[in-house]
Amino acid sequence: MFLALREITFARGRFALMGSVVALIAILMVLLSELSVGLVNDGVSGLQRLKATSFAFQENVSKDAAFSRSIVDREAVDVWAGQQGVQEAAPFGNALINGKTDRGVDVDLALFGIELDSFLAPEVDRGTALSGARDEVVISATAAESGVDVGDTITIEQTGTTLRVVGVMPDQHTFGHVDVGYLPLRTWQEIRAGVREGDPVPDRVYDEITAVAVLGDDVDLAAGDRAAGTSSMTTEESFGASPGYTAETSTLMLIQVFLYAISALVVGAFFTVLTIQRKQEIAVMRAMGASTRYLLRDSLVQSFVLLAVSTAVGVGLGLLAGGAISATSMPFALEAAPIATATATLIVLGMIGAAVAVVRIIRVDPLTALGENR
Amino acid sequence: MTAPTLVLDQVSLYHGDGDETITALDHVDLSVQPGELVAIVGPSGAGKSSLLAVAGGLIQPSEGRVSIGGVELAGLNARRLTELRRTSVGFVFQSANLVPALTAVDQLRLPLTFGAVEDPRDPLELLGEIGLAAKAKRRPHQLSGGERQRLGIARALVTRPKVLLVDEPTAALDRQRSQDVVALLAEETRSHGVATVMVTHDHDVLHHCTRVHEMIDGRLGAPAAV
Repeated sequence: MFLALREITFARGRFALMGSVVALIAILMVLLSELSVGLVNDGVSGLQRLKATSFAFQENVSKDAAFSRSIVDREAVDVWAGQQGVQEAAPFGNALINGKTDRGVDVDLALFGIELDSFLAPEVDRGTALSGARDEVVISATAAESGVDVGDTITIEQTGTTLRVVGVMPDQHTFGHVDVGYLPLRTWQEIRAGVREGDPVPDRVYDEITAVAVLGDDVDLAAGDRAAGTSSMTTEESFGASPGYTAETSTLMLIQVFLYAISALVVGAFFTVLTIQRKQEIAVMRAMGASTRYLLRDSLVQSFVLLAVSTAVGVGLGLLAGGAISATSMPFALEAAPIATATATLIVLGMIGAAVAVVRIIRVDPLTALGENR
Repeated sequence: MTAPTLVLDQVSLYHGDGDETITALDHVDLSVQPGELVAIVGPSGAGKSSLLAVAGGLIQPSEGRVSIGGVELAGLNARRLTELRRTSVGFVFQSANLVPALTAVDQLRLPLTFGAVEDPRDPLELLGEIGLAAKAKRRPHQLSGGERQRLGIARALVTRPKVLLVDEPTAALDRQRSQDVVALLAEETRSHGVATVMVTHDHDVLHHCTRVHEMIDGRLGAPAAV
């Protein structure tokens, strides 16, 4: 610590320059973390807030489009309900629609069709819960922020079906960047089948659902699939079936991995140059009796102070910037855990980069402090 | 007569240079008593710096033995050698080789942070003894060449070493400052009972020394009159 802190104070311009590079990386990392969380929320918060532990889709359905392509027979719900470990099984329908309110507000909704007495029934923050009338819908808090409110009537463009907004759920419920609306399963089935107001409804329409939502711990999904003729995914696995989810999250993850690698390399390069510049000084100290451990510890403390201070500054600025951006329509969400993880990763990888650089201290020969070798 | 603090007994040092073998030290015998300031003079490449490196435990001799305060260096591992240098050996380098980031007083504190040292000298008092008390907060680039070299000597003495190894202390100094620096070395050597070996090209400062040896082609000559 003795030498480390004094060298930072002495060469503060050099360390400030390096620190600002790390701080900029930290700012970018915080913004990317917030963007990742925001995109995840926009993509799958509707699924995250369901109590289901898994979904049973149509057998062999394409995994990345299961929510839009899967059609499961209603009877599969009873088969799943009888499986060991299953507490509840309920029919679940999903369809994306475009509509307009009676006040002229355009609205896109991911309609979740459910049975009102199932474990999937949503809670409401304002208005009333679904009561059983066929034209009721409760909407995400984010839809309410976009101008749709309790008492509005939404007309679906594809079928002309009208839905009355009776309640607003707490928090964000979105699927594939579209606000979620819960409605009775039968109404959902008619909309999905394209049945227009007043048209006769074929019986098969009421036999078809998107998936069976399953609630239960230690459920043998493979056994349930064999019995019901379905293909199951855990709720978390089903996130990948949300439109664009995998592409978005993997792109952001790749950018973050590159940022970490760049940070480690930049810090490593800085300390490599610094160690080379200090070679004579290190040789002198080794000749005077400084142990390798002393010199390594001193350099690593210096690296840690640089990384910790500059990352803290960067994270602070990133949070301020994120706060400003989250007031816009960009999908930003502030969560402590991903930012803490990203901060720790940045510091740890930076320390690894620094450690690889300062290890060359071991190779500095104290003999070079003497005579002609200077 | 007291036992010598530094003993080099038939010390030889060989190293390769392409296909050839260079003899840097050729059966060197040297004993230095506490309070003695021994000068080694000779042309460049004669082996003077090699002698300091071997005497300070920076390099093991090819033949012969070296002891400091009765401790044979050959029997010590790297960790014990480092400890011995920290506690028993002081180095004074050409151009002082101070740490640019440290103030004058911190230069003297630095060796005491390397590890435990028995009964070290007080850095501020020592700074006063070499006439730099008023410049305790100055960094090396704010000091003159002579002041830097005096600080380098003080840094080597702060741990109360038994042996002081001095490498061309006047190489970058003018005549008067050279006299001041070597006078300081002689005074500290005598008053603190240090066994000092000084390598130098500067014949004008030899009158401060107890004895002088000339080194040519790795061989150490008999002591010459001062």
